Amino acid sequence: MLFPPRQSAQSPPRVVITGAGIVTALGLGWQANADGFRAGRVAFRPVTLFDVSRQRVKLAAEVDLPAELPKTRLSRRHLQRLDRAAKLLLLAAHEAWQQAGWPPSDDLPVVLGTTSGGMTLGQDYFRQALQTPRTQRRQPSRVLHYEVQQQGLDLAAAFGFHGPVTTIANACASGANAIGHAWELLRRGHAERALTGGYDALCQLVFAGFDSLQALSPTQCRPFDAQRDGLGLGEGAAVLMLETLAHAQRRGAQILGEIVGYGAATDVHHLTQPHPQGDAAFAAMTAACASASVSPEQIDYVNAHGTGTPLNDSAEAAAIFRWAGARAATLPVSSTKSSVGHLLGAAGAVETLVCLMALREQWLPPTSTLRTPDPVCTFPVVRTPSAAHLEYALTNSFGFGGANATLILRRWS
Amino acid sequence: MSEIVVAGIGAVSPAGWGVTALREALARGEPIPPAKLTRPGWDVSLRARRVPPPEPRPSFLAHARLRRTSPIAHFAVGAALEALGAETPLASTGARRLGIILCVMTGCVVYSRRFYEEVWKDPATASPLVFPETVFNSPASHLAALLGTSAINYTLVGDPGTFLQGLALAADWLATGRVEGCLVVGTEEGDWLLADAFRHFARSVILGEGAGAVYLRRDSGGESAVRLDAITSPQLFLPNQPRAQAAQQMRAELNACAPDDLLVEGTQDCPRYDAAELAAWRDWTGPRVAPKRLLGEGLSAASAWQCVLAIDALQRGRARAAIVSVVGCNQQAIGARFRI
Repeated sequence: MLFPPRQSAQSPPRVVITGAGIVTALGLGWQANADGFRAGRVAFRPVTLFDVSRQRVKLAAEVDLPAELPKTRLSRRHLQRLDRAAKLLLLAAHEAWQQAGWPPSDDLPVVLGTTSGGMTLGQDYFRQALQTPRTQRRQPSRVLHYEVQQQGLDLAAAFGFHGPVTTIANACASGANAIGHAWELLRRGHAERALTGGYDALCQLVFAGFDSLQALSPTQCRPFDAQRDGLGLGEGAAVLMLETLAHAQRRGAQILGEIVGYGAATDVHHLTQPHPQGDAAFAAMTAACASASVSPEQIDYVNAHGTGTPLNDSAEAAAIFRWAGARAATLPVSSTKSSVGHLLGAAGAVETLVCLMALREQWLPPTSTLRTPDPVCTFPVVRTPSAAHLEYALTNSFGFGGANATLILRRWS
Repeated sequence: MSEIVVAGIGAVSPAGWGVTALREALARGEPIPPAKLTRPGWDVSLRARRVPPPEPRPSFLAHARLRRTSPIAHFAVGAALEALGAETPLASTGARRLGIILCVMTGCVVYSRRFYEEVWKDPATASPLVFPETVFNSPASHLAALLGTSAINYTLVGDPGTFLQGLALAADWLATGRVEGCLVVGTEEGDWLLADAFRHFARSVILGEGAGAVYLRRDSGGESAVRLDAITSPQLFLPNQPRAQAAQQMRAELNACAPDDLLVEGTQDCPRYDAAELAAWRDWTGPRVAPKRLLGEGLSAASAWQCVLAIDALQRGRARAAIVSVVGCNQQAIGARFRI
């Protein structure tokens, strides 16, 4: 039963990460991405997926998909029907599933975040519906695989499990909300394991949308730079396998890290612009710290939402200062969107994984495109690859509609 | 765990604006006449049951956030405000932490279709005013802004069963004290593109549009309050668990029903979609109603209407308990039970 839930334990269990998978324009898998994020490599290039000749901006961080998808229980025919977003998700999930070494299960919740699911199929459907309205070929399959819930079901079929599939579409905070929600499911005793993450693929509708808002940088994405002029779009996916500590230890699993806090709040200032003082960002960071029972002084690194738009970065900088106080002066902050762009529904999940990498390997990912830090930044922005001693890392994700989410991770030692 | 009570319900449907219109439509038992949808490029018969214009025009539609929005936001806000009723100012003043869970399957399809059409013609001239309204969570954002609530706010996307998942999530937020009240809204809007897509799977499906809202609070409704009693596990449709088996599993989890409980089912006079649910409830001898047969396949809005009608029947003394059965489009079978 979803309700009433099983009686939960007196104190919430600790929740650890036992599997992680990632796909971004930096490459496929943990190693390629860890190397890229650590070095601050920039992965933008001319868009090849759709025509951008009439757009202001012509760059994005595209993923090179492999010719073959990993072998799972999905048939070759089924794999052929998947759209780009579903393929990104499957690649990340396969890496995480392999690493966790989970057996198939009848009770495994899936919590995913996305903004547009299989939108490329939706676009194809629309164009065919208008261009050749009586031609039905491929249209039913496009309808099915366009739908967001199908991508969660595909994972269940691919790896052989059942369980509630929940998709949170809170714009660019979706991935962080999904991980936070999965974390809460385990903390509340609803399950002992959960597969969670975020994914989004580049598509023309969204690219043109951000371009129409003049939110895309016509030069280079430079989060927290005084001359920043917009964001860069990317695509990708990240999947985490969450497990209660007791469950992970019982089966002798390798533990990669721990999620210790989650906070979420809503900014009602404007549909697409944050409150100038970052009220909801401040509330989300404060709530995450409260749930983790840590203070800002204990946080060793902040992976900022840091889109590179003038309004986001100044509001987030204000919120970080309000939240961290005196600690801000020495708190390393960076935005890894300078490397792979804004991954929308995948951003929160990918950036959680970047924090996990940084905690495991003890380095700080730089914002390598930064030239002149904006004076609103009361904190040091990490600009060059550097080693560090990290115990706690915090990651922010904010989205259209005022969705704000913060996660806190702890090093596993 | 303390009890979760229903503190309010709201509905916008092809029957009109408000729960009363929904109830009266059900009492009449006559299907709402569908409207013909114009499909560009092909004079094929596409139909949907549309929400009639509100009379009089609600004052909330003058809110700055709602001026440029598509019908889905209007429906969601209309149903939510009815469910909140006299408690609306409590959220605005911050006196009550109000969470919002908005559930959709197709979401903001009208503006998405319109914006992509503009992009397709010339991306350089696509409207920046339309794009933000294409985002799944824009109706939930508008609702939060109108209510002035900065508490947690999720938009869940999935097939019609997602609304019941939303109720369970709201109950969890209430139980943990994360919020003091929670609005769960299911909403959809009609469009030729949506009807065209459904035509590939079942030509007898007539889409509906609108919203339903259930306002939940924790243990404060007194003895006559309607309580959330149970929500089953979502039974996924998978290669090794086809639709019929999932529906049977859902039914099995609700086995503790009494013969005089009211069954609010999700059938819609579409044999292909109805078969699994009808088979699962074949032996049911108690009272049953099927609102989709009158209102259309409203997806997330329809499962919300089912819950609203179940709660309304209990509030009006028609039964002591009511069961909501949702065998969704392509994701899951899931059921709920409410009781006095």
